[in-house]
Amino acid sequence: MMSNDVTLLAIESSCDETAAAVVRNGREVLSDIISSQIDIHTLYGGVVPEIASRKHVEAVVPCVEQALREAGVTLSGLDGVAVTCGPGLVGALLVGVSFAKAFAYSAGLPLVGVHHIDGHISACYIEEPSLEPPFLCLVASGGHSHLVRVADYGVYEILGQTRDDAAGEAFDKVARALGLGYPGGPAVDRAAREGNDTAYAFPQAKISEGGYDFSFSGLKSAVLNELNRQRMAGEEPRVSDIAASFQRAVVEVLTEHLLAAAEETGIRTLAIAGGVASNSCLRERLETACAERGLTFIRPRPVLCTDNAAMIGAAGYYAYLRGVRSDLALNAEPNLSLGTRERRYHAGKQT
Amino acid sequence: MNDGERIWESGSVEETRRIAGEIAQDAQPGDVYALTGELGAGKTAFAGGFAAGLHVPYPEDVVSPTYTILQIHEGGRLPLYHFDVYRLTDPEEADAIGIDEYLFGDGVCLIEWASRIRELLPPRTREVIFERRPERGEDCRRITLRQGGPA
Repeated sequence: MMSNDVTLLAIESSCDETAAAVVRNGREVLSDIISSQIDIHTLYGGVVPEIASRKHVEAVVPCVEQALREAGVTLSGLDGVAVTCGPGLVGALLVGVSFAKAFAYSAGLPLVGVHHIDGHISACYIEEPSLEPPFLCLVASGGHSHLVRVADYGVYEILGQTRDDAAGEAFDKVARALGLGYPGGPAVDRAAREGNDTAYAFPQAKISEGGYDFSFSGLKSAVLNELNRQRMAGEEPRVSDIAASFQRAVVEVLTEHLLAAAEETGIRTLAIAGGVASNSCLRERLETACAERGLTFIRPRPVLCTDNAAMIGAAGYYAYLRGVRSDLALNAEPNLSLGTRERRYHAGKQT
Repeated sequence: MNDGERIWESGSVEETRRIAGEIAQDAQPGDVYALTGELGAGKTAFAGGFAAGLHVPYPEDVVSPTYTILQIHEGGRLPLYHFDVYRLTDPEEADAIGIDEYLFGDGVCLIEWASRIRELLPPRTREVIFERRPERGEDCRRITLRQGGPA
């Protein structure tokens, strides 16, 4: 029996999670395996690239085996292999890319290289099976802060991005300064619950004349200044108040930009993706704001917000339908850029 | 050793960028600058201003390289290699990512948290030290440019 189903094996290894998944038709997750290295990296206060690469090498084969087993799919049931090829840590990306190339070649399957942020955005298709472009998506994670207009499947216009630190990076750095540990996002989220979010009026993370761009480094500096001031005054730092006020400043700017973009573009479906999308304060704030305005709000469950391979399978599926095929020259591109942005070009930027 | 040491007072992020742009005017192929100073001291802002000084096409795209360790900015007078080696635990790791290729390349290296890899830095390395001056204002920084790598 011929079927039009497209079943992809997807692999993700851009940072500290090794992940493999089997996804049918972009939206049906048959298996989703994530092998996290967070415990190891917690010891060092962040992802250690060399360790990450070695752990990916150890984890990739068991992850793929388990993904195929749980999905009940054999090689003959696969139509292709999708893999994250950037951006990320070069050594980490290379593990997934090399494995995927070898796997696709030996199984005679087509290979599709996927942009990591394309993956994060596509997690929304898994979460909400009826979702179709256009919609607006805020992608915020340890490495990225992008406000994206999703014009069509895989067609992105970047409306705003960070000028300095990524949103998740700001959480990590503030958590480090406050002694809250790694990963910083959940740690700040937890500490903030005990704190007063109006204790400090930290500056908002935006730029005058910057459109939808973000800037988190001024906010980070203000937090560090306050912490220094308290320490120098011999006070016990008010960690939970600082965490709550910092978090509110981040959430406010992310929310404001997303809502302003919705107003300007007239797009009525808003989504968030990436690790920071799991932040409880951001979710609540956007849920309320969207409900008030009658906007549809999509927020993937936390397992789809973290780095995972199911989202790569979703993005890979739509790329596959568009006829995207990568050859065996596919390389890891640590600084790969996404989509188009007015005022600039991307074509000549890669090396 | 105070030979050729230069000191600036910066009162704002914009001023830090301007100072960096000034230093970039004199940059030569193979220059290595170790940027040292605590979180939020202005290292990434300095890199942005430096890129502008090199006439890199989109200096506003110079963002923190913490996530990818290295960001390459081309299209200016010289290629700019912007590193954040905070997450490297030892010099062997830096070796593994091929840092030599850049340290001894034909562009300019700016390295945040360079003290973590001081053994690898060439003798011609210059250090840019960022110090907060809270007594002169929250955004005030003293920026010192000196010969030699970080201690």
